[in-house]
Amino acid sequence: MADHICIRIDGEEVTVPAGVTVAAALMMAGVSGFRRSVSGQVRGPLCGMGSCLECRVTIDGCSHQLSCDRFCREGMDVRTDR
Amino acid sequence: MKRKRCDIAIIGGGPAGVAAATRAAQAGRSVVLVDAGANLGGQIWRGKEEVSQPAVARRWIAEFAESGAECLTSARVFATSGPRQLCIETPESVVTVDCDRLILATGARELFLPFPNWTLAGVTGAGGLQSLAKGGLDLKGARIVLAGSGPLLLAAADSFRKSGAHIAGVFEQASRGRVMRFGLGLIGHPRKAVQAAGMTARLMGVRRHYSSWPLRVEGGDHIERVVMHTARGDVSLACDYLACGFGLVADIGVARHLGCEIVERRVWVDERQQTSVADVFCAGEATGIGGVDKAVVEGCIAGLAAAGTEILPAGLLRARHHQQQFAIRLRAAFELRDELRAMPSDETIVCRCEDVFWREIRGHAGMRDAKLNSRCGMGPCQGKVCAPALGFLCGWEEEGVREPFVPVRMSSMAELAE
Repeated sequence: MADHICIRIDGEEVTVPAGVTVAAALMMAGVSGFRRSVSGQVRGPLCGMGSCLECRVTIDGCSHQLSCDRFCREGMDVRTDR
Repeated sequence: MKRKRCDIAIIGGGPAGVAAATRAAQAGRSVVLVDAGANLGGQIWRGKEEVSQPAVARRWIAEFAESGAECLTSARVFATSGPRQLCIETPESVVTVDCDRLILATGARELFLPFPNWTLAGVTGAGGLQSLAKGGLDLKGARIVLAGSGPLLLAAADSFRKSGAHIAGVFEQASRGRVMRFGLGLIGHPRKAVQAAGMTARLMGVRRHYSSWPLRVEGGDHIERVVMHTARGDVSLACDYLACGFGLVADIGVARHLGCEIVERRVWVDERQQTSVADVFCAGEATGIGGVDKAVVEGCIAGLAAAGTEILPAGLLRARHHQQQFAIRLRAAFELRDELRAMPSDETIVCRCEDVFWREIRGHAGMRDAKLNSRCGMGPCQGKVCAPALGFLCGWEEEGVREPFVPVRMSSMAELAE
């Protein structure tokens, strides 16, 4: 497996180490807010294990994906709601 | 929709589930283990790189692989049809598993308590930040404050330090005296004592505070500072992360849904790890928080018992008793203090899914009343975060989860209905 892979975060190409979660990739790219709450507050990951649902993002057009639970793949398109 | 049949199904692939599946399969039963994670091991044994997994984890996972037990990963149980059928969503499809017996090894979650601005990005669980790091987040050079309660705080601080983070302080709500007494009591648990001593030595330069808790977080969208209450006055620290968890709570959602008796927020089990519902067993953190050693031994017993082993090995029963004593001491030492109930202000959000403020929640008669009037606990997490918090803050009994237990695709619900 390649050491690094390329994903797109909000349209921008980013290189990340292979085998990291989408949440880790976003945070390492300097993105701390992943989504907006029902009243519009910026939120980021809390539990890191798929139960709080605060880390939801849109992956390859599919909304409400748990970024702490999904691993990055080459060419993945990730959209936040910062 | 795919269908599977087995003698024994197991929910949860952490230490308890892996041990249970291995022993049941070795006893000749057909076993299917279901876990939400991408890899076996649960939160504690999670870690992609072999180097980050402890030797005991690698041994168990290797033994599991040879046992003949089948494993479904990235698979979430979202509904049941009684205790003998599980409905599972995988990334590709829906699978139903029919079984004669079920072992619940659903583990635990962190307890999060609300305080002003705890919703800002960068405020995570202590185990939460550790999980994110296990998922590849590089913490080198990050300034981290740890707060909350329990042995997990030190373990997390130790792992962050190893990754090159700067630990700005560890703030434990329990008193120094209680923590010291707990430490001395580890003499009966040599392996844990060695671990604790190692962590303490490695964290020598890190300031550890007791009888302390967060007062508020400051920042814009992201945390910039945290103000902590300590016995010597308030302390304000600049940080990139506040890793904060107030111990663990058993994950009892499915057990409660199946009608298993719950006592003090733990699944009640007998000597054979059997719950109050026929053919449903439970092992690990769900029967009471006690750590990985308790989980493994309870898993072994549950696996053997579910496989029909009449006489359980005396050594296992003794080991379980020993670990259960540890669980009791752990609970007593890190019991949450009353002052933590005063942490949220009126304008603190308690339910993060529906953005419900503390002022809208307090004063209700119970969880149901609060739910109906404020929508707290009615968002996509179904109260997994706020219900245990309100259990502590208000003494309210939690309500059970409803199907689907986790958000699933519409197509999965439709497939199930067919």
